[in-house]
Amino acid sequence: MGNTYVIVAETKGGRLRQVSLEAIHAAALASHEEDKRIALLLGHQLKEAADELARYTEVILIDHPDLASYQAEIYFAALTQALDPIQPYAVIFGHTAIGRDLAPQIAAHLNAGQISDVTAISGSGDAIAYTRPLYAGKAFENRQFSSSPQVITIRPNNIAPAQPASTSSSITELSYTPSTSLRSVIKEVVSKSAGRIDLTEAKVVVSGGRGVKSKAGFQPLEELAEVLQGAVGASRGACDAGYCDYSLQIGQTGKVVTPEIYIACGISGAIQHLAGMSQSRIIIAINKDPEAPIFKVADYGIVGDLFEVVPILAEEFRKLLCAPN
Amino acid sequence: MNIFVILKQTFDTEEKISIQNGKIAEDGVKFIINPYDEYAVEEALRQKEQLGGSVTVVSVGPARVAEALRTALAMGADEAVLIQNDDSESDEFTISSLLAAYFRDQAFDLILGGYFSVDNGAGQTAVRLARLLDIPHASAITHLQITSNHATVNRDAEGDTETIEIRLPALFTAQQGLNEPRYPSLPGIMKAKKKPFLTLEQQQLNGIEAEIAPKTVRTALSLPAERKSGRILQGTIQEQTVELVHLLRNEDKVI
Repeated sequence: MGNTYVIVAETKGGRLRQVSLEAIHAAALASHEEDKRIALLLGHQLKEAADELARYTEVILIDHPDLASYQAEIYFAALTQALDPIQPYAVIFGHTAIGRDLAPQIAAHLNAGQISDVTAISGSGDAIAYTRPLYAGKAFENRQFSSSPQVITIRPNNIAPAQPASTSSSITELSYTPSTSLRSVIKEVVSKSAGRIDLTEAKVVVSGGRGVKSKAGFQPLEELAEVLQGAVGASRGACDAGYCDYSLQIGQTGKVVTPEIYIACGISGAIQHLAGMSQSRIIIAINKDPEAPIFKVADYGIVGDLFEVVPILAEEFRKLLCAPN
Repeated sequence: MNIFVILKQTFDTEEKISIQNGKIAEDGVKFIINPYDEYAVEEALRQKEQLGGSVTVVSVGPARVAEALRTALAMGADEAVLIQNDDSESDEFTISSLLAAYFRDQAFDLILGGYFSVDNGAGQTAVRLARLLDIPHASAITHLQITSNHATVNRDAEGDTETIEIRLPALFTAQQGLNEPRYPSLPGIMKAKKKPFLTLEQQQLNGIEAEIAPKTVRTALSLPAERKSGRILQGTIQEQTVELVHLLRNEDKVI
């Protein structure tokens, strides 16, 4: 009998998140052939997402109105109701807002070690090494478990997603018994990100710094991001100056992103910012100052005024992406 | 209101990282209060100013951490507790276990911490602690208001803002935007020297036995490959953008 690896899958707007497919692949990389891999899906009205998930692996679905949106206590209760009978060897989450919040709760509950924000998995057998960044990417460590159960969160965009199997696996529905002793209740959710691509999962990130000069200065960046189906980020300078929300901040304080393309507009490139984005595949810097440190890490640099460059760039991408091949 | 802040001392974010003998070099490094924990300290002080009570800052770590705790005292915290732990191999399991053992003997209404630490970045310790103490929590908060035995918080969830009402005692982790931390004043620094500073050995914590050995272990450490400076494109802006789009599609194949 093998061990059981549980992947906690996530949806956004009813659709499966890419990071959940990456987590399924992570489970495959970490486990043996004879081990069992189950994806656990919590939420409400997720039939379609469950069907899609079953193309990759066996699914346990907990569908309940109380799980319609994430609440720390309720999700913890539902997840432990599913996990405790399984006695998992490992539980794998995406390193997302939900995963970051839920995984440590589960780790404490299981008295388990946890390795967070994993960017690569290597090794085999009992010597599986999990690579993760330190100092937001100024260094990397390999970490291994010295005990089980194990809890893992994986960073979006770093591990290849799983490929669908030729046949669908089973979906088992589990009931959820609501907890009667809730100590917290969500009063309101103000959605500022509806329809937007999450920064940490985006394939393209268009980021603005002090050079955008104002809140309105982000407008051309948003248009460029839209053309590329990417997300908008910012440097600390832009956030501190009040040009944008702190939730967009990329850097050692803030988010760490690893997109395919990172476009830094009007960002000088302080060491803290570089820590948060220097693992991006292709870095493009647009800055008026040819001496800006950002050019030292950029694959391509354009020396010029972002307000002139960004709209032209958006237009060029639009021409390319809208044109028939 | 008994307010506690769990605090970590980290490298200054401006430090470059180097490796010596398989470890992150600490020689000559400037240490600070983890920036997110600094928001937690500031919030604790603001809540105390409104509601009365006391602020105790607690840290687990080696002797050098006393400096960060003294800074928090100079900002206005009333007491500091250092749980001595010189083992650099400790993981979040160990740290949260030590903290839980300490808190089980304390009367607390509110525990504040940072959303994550800028060195390790795992973001586990505070949430683990809440679970070990079986108190509710909210992470990444950007606003906190306390009325009698309830807290109303705003939390940042991937850009959305959730408003949550939580019964105390509870634990919250601070996200950027919560407040603007104050600097220690000169009188604050002078006063800090006379404030209670308790140093605890692990053996002095109740319920801590040998079973706090870390559950994960570092097996390798490396620096990222240096990025080479790329190409500064030439020509008019129009020519440069055309070339850039061409390169991304035909050479890098990312578009």
